Amino acid sequence: MEAWRLPVSSSIRGKLISAGYTSLSSISSVSSSDLARDVNITEEEAFEIMKLANQASGSNSCNGSRSLINGAKNAWDMLHEEDSLPRITTSCSDLDNILGGGISCRDVTEIGGVPGIGKTQIGIQLSVNVQIPREFGGLGGKAIYIDTEGSFMVERALQIAEACVEDMKEYTGYMHKHFKANQVEMKPKDILENIIYFRVCSYTEQIALVNHLDKFISENKDVKVVIIDSITFHFRQDFDDLAQRTRVLSEMALKFMKLAKKFSLAVVLLNQVTTKYTQGTFQLALALGDSWSHSCTNRVILYWNGDERYAYIDKSPSLPSASASYTVTSRGLRNSSSSSKRVKMM
Amino acid sequence: MANKLIGEMGLHNKISNIFAARNIITAKDALTMTEFELMELLDVGIKEIKSAIKLISEATSPPYQSARSLLEEKVENEHLSGHLPTHLKGLDATLCGGIPFGVLTELVGPPGIGKSQFCMKLALSASFPIAYGGLDGRVIYIDVESKFSSRRVIEMGLKSFPEVFHLKGMAQEMAGRILVLRPTSLANFTESIQELKDSILQNQVKLLVIDSMTALLSGENKPGAQRQNQLGWHISFLKSLAEFSRIPIVVTNQVRSQNRDETSQYSFQAKPKDGLQEHTKTYDSHLVAALGINWAHAVTIRLVLEAKSGQRIIKVAKSPMSPPLAFPFHITSAGISLLSDEGTELKGPGINTIHARGHSDVINFLGECS
Repeated sequence: MEAWRLPVSSSIRGKLISAGYTSLSSISSVSSSDLARDVNITEEEAFEIMKLANQASGSNSCNGSRSLINGAKNAWDMLHEEDSLPRITTSCSDLDNILGGGISCRDVTEIGGVPGIGKTQIGIQLSVNVQIPREFGGLGGKAIYIDTEGSFMVERALQIAEACVEDMKEYTGYMHKHFKANQVEMKPKDILENIIYFRVCSYTEQIALVNHLDKFISENKDVKVVIIDSITFHFRQDFDDLAQRTRVLSEMALKFMKLAKKFSLAVVLLNQVTTKYTQGTFQLALALGDSWSHSCTNRVILYWNGDERYAYIDKSPSLPSASASYTVTSRGLRNSSSSSKRVKMM
Repeated sequence: MANKLIGEMGLHNKISNIFAARNIITAKDALTMTEFELMELLDVGIKEIKSAIKLISEATSPPYQSARSLLEEKVENEHLSGHLPTHLKGLDATLCGGIPFGVLTELVGPPGIGKSQFCMKLALSASFPIAYGGLDGRVIYIDVESKFSSRRVIEMGLKSFPEVFHLKGMAQEMAGRILVLRPTSLANFTESIQELKDSILQNQVKLLVIDSMTALLSGENKPGAQRQNQLGWHISFLKSLAEFSRIPIVVTNQVRSQNRDETSQYSFQAKPKDGLQEHTKTYDSHLVAALGINWAHAVTIRLVLEAKSGQRIIKVAKSPMSPPLAFPFHITSAGISLLSDEGTELKGPGINTIHARGHSDVINFLGECS
């Protein structure tokens, strides 16, 4: 944009142009004191001009930060973004509470646990819940389900989809006065239609698919969650060189983070467990090694506590460590019946 | 897909030649290295590497379909939407029709509980014509411990499906469809299943039973880590075999006693109070499934057979589409039959514990008496 479009007095405008400041970028790239000296105006006037120039070029950052480093955002703007982040509900309000409302988009979340604890269940539940329309508080998006072990049972996805549709109908019925009559009803088969299923048979395919996802999601912009079930399986079986494995996994983790940030979607990685010998005893730990544990932003561990299934926030930049119980019912993930107990903080 | 040749992916000739010159021929070779490593090895700029990897990845990526078309394929193409009925009403209802196609189902339990009986019954069911609830196909029964008895199978057939079996020649045809293999070693077994891969579809094989997986692996006396690697290869192979041929694979597993070092706690879990520890320290619950946690992750459905105070119980311990139900059963001349089709739901990790009959010969490591 040209400097003569600035809403300043014509004499100042004339001085700017004769001093050589014809474009806004030239004004933004100097400090106000230099501008004042060059153009022969007072410092306050120079300051005003710079403010106007920044506003005019559409920047909403504070004075000067845009010119410092390309691509940087200041924390205040990020706060607004973080607060308005959509989250995907897990259908279990206790679990949602410790997650700060649900699985957050723009983040990579790792969920791990022993076999049979419910990892695939959470994966399927999330791929259904992401499709909840915005009118019901959801994201109205599609899901990509990457299955590396063959554990995705489509009959189960149908069960969960049917339960979701029933719940939505109940909610609408409850609030029917407020919704329009011509609202399109979601059917369970429609929900299944929006789950894009990939079956990966080797770690090469897994790496190739992760690389390809960037292009795929650019062409399918309504994908809001990518679930990988499980990230571990192929890397545990035939990868001989463990150091190489760590390098490849770190690269993959970075690619996931880029995907999450670029398309504002949630990436959920399901992991298996292994036993680790630390501090004189054997303990359970998530698989893929210590270096991998650094790679994910958020980490949730699912475990048995007595007779109930619990989820524990092991790692998160903003959520406190806490556990909550959940159950797996025929309708999907739900609060456990003892949910009258308060969430246990650790 | 992993072995797709880079030369055939339509990359720019120049870069394609550079890859070939450094012996990076298949997609697997290229994708196993990080972009930085490739840049160093091929002496090419990062931008070119990135665009080459983009093309290679796109060519190597698996195809996709919607979950809806998955379901429709199953319903249209597969018998009973991809399930082999066990003829145990309660169990079939819980498993949405029966043993599912395309995945590994595991039967685990102490010796003498009825795992082989269950397998023989399943083999028989699969050989039956479709009109009688079977799959009308061949069955490959890998019998490691010589537990298969044709006499018993025919007895089961006569007692449970008398109208079919008494027809002339039916018994011979049904029994003729069950092919029994007795591998003498793991290497022998590995060879056989590799051969199988190609011939399954051509020969109408509809079920693969491996009785038992543990016996195959325990015969090898390689140290722990190597054994895990071998098992890892077999896990991947069996899973891909199940999926591509869309057949059910049923594997039996044995039990072993729990080591003192065995644990089920994470680092953030506090030690359980003494009362809780005693509750689990009975003689009965010293048994766990053999083959380890990696195997436990790999099977899709795990059915635990156990005996508790004289009663035999079959539990659906791991199943993505069923609640954790337990059914009492007994063994009759017709095979296994459930005493009740209404299962009791077992909450908690108890669904995974395995009890042997009342007392066990297992030595209690900690030498305590309860």
